[in-house]
Amino acid sequence: MKLKNTLMAAIGLAFVATAAQAEINVGVIVSATGPAASLGIPEKNTLALLPTTIGGEKVNYIVLDDASDTTTAVKNIRKVISEDKVDVVIGSTISPNSLAMIDVAAEAQTPMISMAASARIVDPVDDKRRWVFKTPQNDAQMSTAIVEHMTNSGVKTVGFIGFADAYGEGWFEQFKSVAEARKLQIVANERFNRNDTSVTGQVLKVMSARPDAVLIAGSGTPAALPQKTLKERGYAGKLYQTHGVANNDFLRVCGKDCEGTFLPAGPVLVAAQLPDSNPVKKAAMDYITKYEAAHGKGSVSTFGAHAWDAGQLMTAAIPVALKKAKPGTAEFRAAMRDALEGIKELPGAHGIFNMSPTDHLGFDQRSRVMVEIKNGTWRLVK
Amino acid sequence: MDFQIALLLGQDGITNGAIYALLALALVLVFAVTRVIFIPQGEFVAYGALTLAMLQGGAIPATVWLLVIMGALAAVIDGSAALRAGQTKKLTGVLGWNLAYPLALAGLLAVLPLKDLPMLAQVLLALAVVVPMGPLMYRLVFQPIAAAPVLILLIVSVAVHVAMVGLGLLFFGAEGQRTPPFSDARFEVGPLLVSGQTIWVILASIALIVALYLFFERTIYGKALRATAINRVGAQLMGISPSLAGKLTFLLAAFIGALSGVLIAPITTIYYDTGFLIGLKGFVAAIIGGLGSYPIAAVGAVLVGLLEAFSSFWASAYKEVIVFTLIIPVLLWRSLTSHHMEEEE
Repeated sequence: MKLKNTLMAAIGLAFVATAAQAEINVGVIVSATGPAASLGIPEKNTLALLPTTIGGEKVNYIVLDDASDTTTAVKNIRKVISEDKVDVVIGSTISPNSLAMIDVAAEAQTPMISMAASARIVDPVDDKRRWVFKTPQNDAQMSTAIVEHMTNSGVKTVGFIGFADAYGEGWFEQFKSVAEARKLQIVANERFNRNDTSVTGQVLKVMSARPDAVLIAGSGTPAALPQKTLKERGYAGKLYQTHGVANNDFLRVCGKDCEGTFLPAGPVLVAAQLPDSNPVKKAAMDYITKYEAAHGKGSVSTFGAHAWDAGQLMTAAIPVALKKAKPGTAEFRAAMRDALEGIKELPGAHGIFNMSPTDHLGFDQRSRVMVEIKNGTWRLVK
Repeated sequence: MDFQIALLLGQDGITNGAIYALLALALVLVFAVTRVIFIPQGEFVAYGALTLAMLQGGAIPATVWLLVIMGALAAVIDGSAALRAGQTKKLTGVLGWNLAYPLALAGLLAVLPLKDLPMLAQVLLALAVVVPMGPLMYRLVFQPIAAAPVLILLIVSVAVHVAMVGLGLLFFGAEGQRTPPFSDARFEVGPLLVSGQTIWVILASIALIVALYLFFERTIYGKALRATAINRVGAQLMGISPSLAGKLTFLLAAFIGALSGVLIAPITTIYYDTGFLIGLKGFVAAIIGGLGSYPIAAVGAVLVGLLEAFSSFWASAYKEVIVFTLIIPVLLWRSLTSHHMEEEE
């Protein structure tokens, strides 16, 4: 009996001791498997490069894979919040998962930094979204860049081929609203699936409308299929892709059929070609050097850079929040949120963050550049 | 839509349909002989294509290690059984096929200058890696539960599919691959520009279908498989080993899958999880044939291909919906016209 009591006391003490130690717990939810794996894997690799001590406190990362599945993402964020008592959540990779996680983050009053693109994740900043931040550029910023480039090079009519999912649909809506404002006529609107083995039907339909340019809204290597089919059928107009294709695998699969294609992208894609005066250059090069040191030359992708930026936001906010409260408490989480919202002129790999109570992305025009594919590499369009 | 577009779509549909037809035949075969609804059929397509792509990239395909592991497991199971029964003669065969072959193949891959081999040799190597996984899969997964009800076999088959997709991601990564075409030839047929690869796909499909027909009609093994498909117990009483029939069936299914993958890899981008959807469309075709008729399944496959091509022109956003909805009227029609007797359970 005595022994039992001593043991109980010892366990109790140990418990108190761990609770008192002010370690910061970070929940990371990425889509490292499933359809979004090509985005989630570089993000996961990037988050492994983040510092393990920030502001003098030890940081624990609890990394969970949501398999690109919305239900799993929600389950995972509940798990890290209730079991691991995390102070901040980074994730998830894709928009549907991030949107579903908002409710849980807001309910537990835990700040969350998403790596997904949809503007709806942080817009409008309401009672729930005041806990949510994100790092990738809005599609609207990217479509403005495309439409600008199109109108400047004399394009009057444009055909659209997009993913038959939230990505393609979101792009079409954004692109349509910007294009209409600039008197650009959309003459064809087609959809395809990531796993399609043929897009001949869609391509023929688009080509029969004879557009001056075609915009393909897909992410990763699947976006190469419509482009290759267009070239195969002898389409001679201008071709545009979205920033979703900005990784080297796309160049490898698309090969010479992608020569002369234009796309908007985060500056990290062409960081080495940026002028030295650009403040993003240093931050982006810093990321690229670190990532390539760990994973080999040419392995870096823009998707990983979104995770890097999420890490930068967190690293900048933690020291500020530590001054107000101890990690593991509701006060610390609230202080984290306030600190994130107060970030000003923070250079990330994709642009400069200027957060405000109405803008939880904080990017301006410095967060995107137009890029052309030339000789199998990305070239900055000046 | 004018005549030319219709022709182009028709060509596209027939090319895809030819692949679906091959997979539908494999599905019908596997179901007839082993009662397994073979969901992982599509994975062999992806494995075949991606193994070839890895070979062409000059890397030793990771699939060969899976083969070595599966072979080692089978060798342990069969080898210990043979030892216990005192059949030392059988032991050499077991070890030879399950251990020596995968290891020899891995050694060969390590030695050969993979990148510079002629394409035919690369294709043969890719098939040599992927195809033996079929019989090994049967030995390890399905043979121990060969007598289980269809539902259990289906559940296990789904599990194998999920495992293979996961391993595929591990082996090949998340991004897609494309291989160079077998020939750069292009032919002008009227308004059509037919690429050499399309002709390869269609000819290879027809050749394979003819070869399968001859195999089932003329060879003793083919007849044994047919006998097993018609009456399992009867065939067993006549001295046909059900485990041999199962392995042979899976060998054929894996071969058909891997070859389909090699054929379409130059036409489209293949991902670690592409196979499932292709296999599923083959499955729709197999259902049209009631999972029993080879000719109807083949015709159904071409129908699925054409439907897919034309619906991608008319209503691209609803293409998959249209293709998979086809299964409902077909099932209705089948259940109204056939007087089907429920099997055992």
